[in-house]
Amino acid sequence: MPEENKAKAKSPKKLNPKRTPVREQDPGTRKRNFEEVSFGYSPEEAALEAKRCLECKNKPCVSGCPVGVPIPEFIAAMVEGDLEGAYRIIRGANVLPAVCGRVCPQENQCEGSCTLGKKHEPVAIGRLERFCADWQMKNGARSAPEAAVSTGMKVAVVGSGPSGITCAYDLARLGHKVIVFEALHEPGGVLFYGIPEFRLPKKIVAEEIDALRQMGVDIRTNSVAGKLITLEEIMKEFDACFIGVGAGLPRFMGIPGEDLNGVYSANEFLTRTNLMRAYSFPEYDTPIKTGKRVAVIGGGNVAMDSARTALRLGAEEVTLIYRRSEAELPARAEEVHHGKEEGLRFEMCTLPTKIIGTDGWVRAIECVRMELCELDQSGRRRPNPVAGSEFEIPVDTVIMAIGTGANPLLTGSTKGLDLNRGYIVADAETGKTSIAGVYAGGDIVTGAATVISAMGAGRKAAKAIHEYLSSKKQ
Amino acid sequence: MPEIIEKKLLRPPDVFFYKIHAPLVAAKAKAGQFVIIRLHEKGERIPLSLAGIDPAEGTINLIVMAVGKTTGEMAALKEGDEIKDVCGPLGNPTHTENAGKVILAGGGFGIAPLYPIGLAFRRAGSPVVSVMAARSKNLLIYEKEMREISDKVLITTDDGSAGMKGIITDALRAELEEYGADTVMAVGPAPMMKAVCEVAKPFGVKTIVSLNAIMVDGTGMCGGCRVRVGSETRFACIDGPDFDGQLVDWDCLINRQKMYKAEEKESFEAWKKRHNLP
Ligand SMILES: Cc1cc2nc3c(=O)[nH]c(=O)nc-3n(C[C@H](O)[C@H](O)[C@H](O)COP(=O)(O)OP(=O)(O)OC[C@H]3O[C@@H](n4cnc5c(N)ncnc54)[C@H](O)[C@@H]3O)c2cc1C
Ligand SMILES: Cc1cc2nc3c(=O)[nH]c(=O)nc-3n(C[C@H](O)[C@H](O)[C@H](O)COP(=O)(O)OP(=O)(O)OC[C@H]3O[C@@H](n4cnc5c(N)ncnc54)[C@H](O)[C@@H]3O)c2cc1C
Ligand code: SF4
Ligand code: SF4
Ligand code: FES
Repeated sequence: MPEENKAKAKSPKKLNPKRTPVREQDPGTRKRNFEEVSFGYSPEEAALEAKRCLECKNKPCVSGCPVGVPIPEFIAAMVEGDLEGAYRIIRGANVLPAVCGRVCPQENQCEGSCTLGKKHEPVAIGRLERFCADWQMKNGARSAPEAAVSTGMKVAVVGSGPSGITCAYDLARLGHKVIVFEALHEPGGVLFYGIPEFRLPKKIVAEEIDALRQMGVDIRTNSVAGKLITLEEIMKEFDACFIGVGAGLPRFMGIPGEDLNGVYSANEFLTRTNLMRAYSFPEYDTPIKTGKRVAVIGGGNVAMDSARTALRLGAEEVTLIYRRSEAELPARAEEVHHGKEEGLRFEMCTLPTKIIGTDGWVRAIECVRMELCELDQSGRRRPNPVAGSEFEIPVDTVIMAIGTGANPLLTGSTKGLDLNRGYIVADAETGKTSIAGVYAGGDIVTGAATVISAMGAGRKAAKAIHEYLSSKKQ
Repeated sequence: MPEIIEKKLLRPPDVFFYKIHAPLVAAKAKAGQFVIIRLHEKGERIPLSLAGIDPAEGTINLIVMAVGKTTGEMAALKEGDEIKDVCGPLGNPTHTENAGKVILAGGGFGIAPLYPIGLAFRRAGSPVVSVMAARSKNLLIYEKEMREISDKVLITTDDGSAGMKGIITDALRAELEEYGADTVMAVGPAPMMKAVCEVAKPFGVKTIVSLNAIMVDGTGMCGGCRVRVGSETRFACIDGPDFDGQLVDWDCLINRQKMYKAEEKESFEAWKKRHNLP
C-alpha cells in the first residue's frame, strides 16, 4: 500500500542520521581566493536531503524561522520534483531566499528546532533553501511579481539593507510608489559592503536588487538622508517613510594604540574589500593594508569574516582574539568550522589591553588571559582578567570587530523621533515610531542582529504602513 | 550622472577648477561641507570640499590639486564629461553665528573652501580678514574671489613676489598682534593648520580647523577618518570636518594620512605609465 510505504520511508530507522554533505572548495585553495566556499547541492544531493524531512505535523522548524518559511511544504514540493513550486512557497514568506539560505544562523533558528535534530543531524534546511533559490535564478522564469494597481501613494524607504529591501518589495507589490534612499553607491547594505564574496556572492545581491527595480522601485544611491534630504522634508513629499539605516557605527575598545596605522574597524576592512574591491588593487583604486600577521578582536560573524578576508588578502597568520571560550563564540557554527579548516588561530579567553607601535605603525598587541567565573545574567560566563598573565602577539594589522552602535546621521538631525541610546524606539509588531507615518526596523531598532530578523521587521512595517495609508485615504 | 559644466586650469600645472551640475546637492549644501566623488566603476571614493555652491544654477564648484591617481585622472577630464558618483553634502556646515571678527587662513587648495565659508561669515555679520600664502605670486589662487568677500586681504609669498615676504603664520601673527580677532579659521595641509593653531594659541582666540582625514564612506560607517580631539576619538566625516584646532592631536592626523603612501605611489606610477605621463 502506498500510504504504508510512505510512512516506512519516513521512519527514522531507515533515515540517514547524517545530513547529505555539500561539496566545498578545498580549504588550502579557498583561503587564497574570494570564490564562494560552498558549491551548494547538486539536484541529486538536494533530492536526497529533501527526503530526510519527516514532514512533521506540528512543524517545529517553522516556529524556529523568524519569518515562518513553510518548511515542510517547500521540502514536500522538492520531493515531488516541483522546484519552481518549492521556490514559490519559500518566496511567499522570504523575499531573499538565496541570501538567507547562505547566511542565516540556521543552527539557532529553523534547523535548531528540527525534530530530526533531537537524535540525528537536523535536515539541512538552509542548504535546501539555497538550492531552490539558485535553481530558480538559473532555470526559472525571472518574472517579478506584478505590482497591484497604483494606489497613488508614495513611500520613502531609507537604507537598502535587508529591512529596507523587504519593506520596499512588499509596498511595491501593494501598488505604492516606493523610492529608496541609499547613502552608498551600491544598494544592499551589509549584504553588499559587509558580508564577503566568499560567503555571499555580490551577483546574487545584485540580482535581488534588480528584481526590485523591475517592480518599479526607484533606488537612489549616493543619497544620504539627514543630509541630502531631511526626515521632515521626506514627510512633506511622501505619505509615509520606513527607516532601515542599520547599525553601522563601529566601536573601538578605547585601549591605547588604536590610532596607529594598521588598526582597522571591521567595517572599514570589509568595506574596502567588498564595496571597493581592494583585493583587486591596483586594478581597482582603493588600497588596503593587510600585512603578514593579523589580529582580529571579537568572536561574531563580523570577526570571522574579517579574519577569513585577511587570509584571502595574503596574510600568513591570522589570530582571532576573543574574551570568552570557544563554545561561546557568537558566529555561525559553519563559519567557525570553515575558519578552522582554513587555519585561523584561536586565542580564546583573551582580552587585548594595548596596541604597541613603532614609528606610528602597529608592531604587536598586548593581551591578558581571562579566567571564566560564574554565569552572568545572560547565562554566559563573565570573564575576569588573570593578574600577571600579560603577553604580546607580534602583528602588523589589528582589526576591531567588537560591535557597532547606532549611526546618528539621520536620527541626530530629526526632531521628535524617540531614541533609546541612539536606537530608534519602534513598536515590535508594526515598526511604528513616535512620528506619525514614520516606521523603522532592522538593526537601527534592535541593534546588530540578523539578516532574517531585519527582513521580518521590514515586512511587518510594510503591512502596518499599508494599513496606515489605507486609513489615510478614507 | 553629474556633468562637468566648466573646467579650467586655475594654477599651472596642477590646480583645477570644476563646476559640476548636481542640483540636489547644491540645493542643500552649506559652507564647510564636502562631497565624496567616485570617477568610475573601479575608482576610489575621495572627499573634496565645496568651493562654491549655487542653488539657483544647480551647480557646485570644486578646486582640486592633482596629487595622485584619482586627482590626476580628474585633471584629465574635460567639460561635458560625467562623474559616476557625487555624494553629498557631507559633514557639518561651519558654525558662522556670533563669530565676531574672523581671520581666514588658507594654504594650498584650502583657500578654495574658504571662499564659501568667508561668504557665510560675512552674511552672519562678521568682519573678515583673509590671509593667503603661496611660494610665489604666480602660485596664488582665488585672490580675486577672496577680495570679494574680505574686508582685508593679506598675502605672503616665500620670495616676496607678492604681498609680504614670509610664510602664512608671519602675516597671521602680525594681524593678531596689531588688530586682534575673535575667531581664526584655517583650512589647508595639516602641518599648516597645526602651525596656525600654535600662532593663534597665545592670543586666546577661537581656532577652527577643517580636518582632511582619509575617508571611505563619509557617513560614519567605517571609522577610517577617526581623529583624536581633546583625548576623544571623533569621526571627521560626521563629527567634523570642523574641530577646535587647539584640541586636535596633529601628530596623530599627520601619521594617519601616511597610511597608504606606498600604495598611492604604486597606483599613481602604474597609471602614469599606462598613459605615458612623466
Ligand atoms: C560583516 C557582517 C557579517 C554578518 N553576517 C551575518 C550572517 O552571516 N547572518 C546574519 O543573519 N546576519 C549577519 N550579519 C548581520 C546582518 O547583516 C544585519 O543584521 C542586517 O544586514 C541588518 O539589516 P538592516 O536592513 O537593518 O541594515 P543594513 O544591512 O545595515 O543596511 C542599512 C543601509 O542603510 C544605509 N544608510 C545608513 N544611513 C543612511 C542614511 N542616512 N541615508 C541613506 N542610507 C543610509 C547604509 O548605507 C546601508 O546600506 C552580519 C553583519 C556584518 C556587518
Ligand atoms: C574633508 C576633505 C576635504 C578635501 N577637500 C579637498 C579639496 O577641496 N581639494 C583637493 O584637491 N583635495 C581635497 N582633499 C584631499 C583629497 O581628498 C585627496 O587629495 C585625494 O583623496 C587624493 O587622492 P589621489 O588618488 O589623487 O591621491 P593619493 O596619492 O591617493 O593621495 C594623496 C594624499 O591624499 C590623501 N588621501 C588619499 N586618499 C584619501 C581619501 N580617500 N580621503 C582623504 N584623503 C585621502 C592622503 O593623505 C594622501 O597622502 C580633501 C580631503 C578631505 C578629507
Ligand atoms: S529564512 Fe533562515 S531561518 Fe528561515 S527557513 Fe530559511 S534559512 Fe531557516
Ligand atoms: S522539523 Fe525537521 S523533519 Fe520536521 S518538518 Fe521541519 S524540517 Fe522536516
Ligand atoms: S569616512 Fe568612514 S566613518 Fe568617516
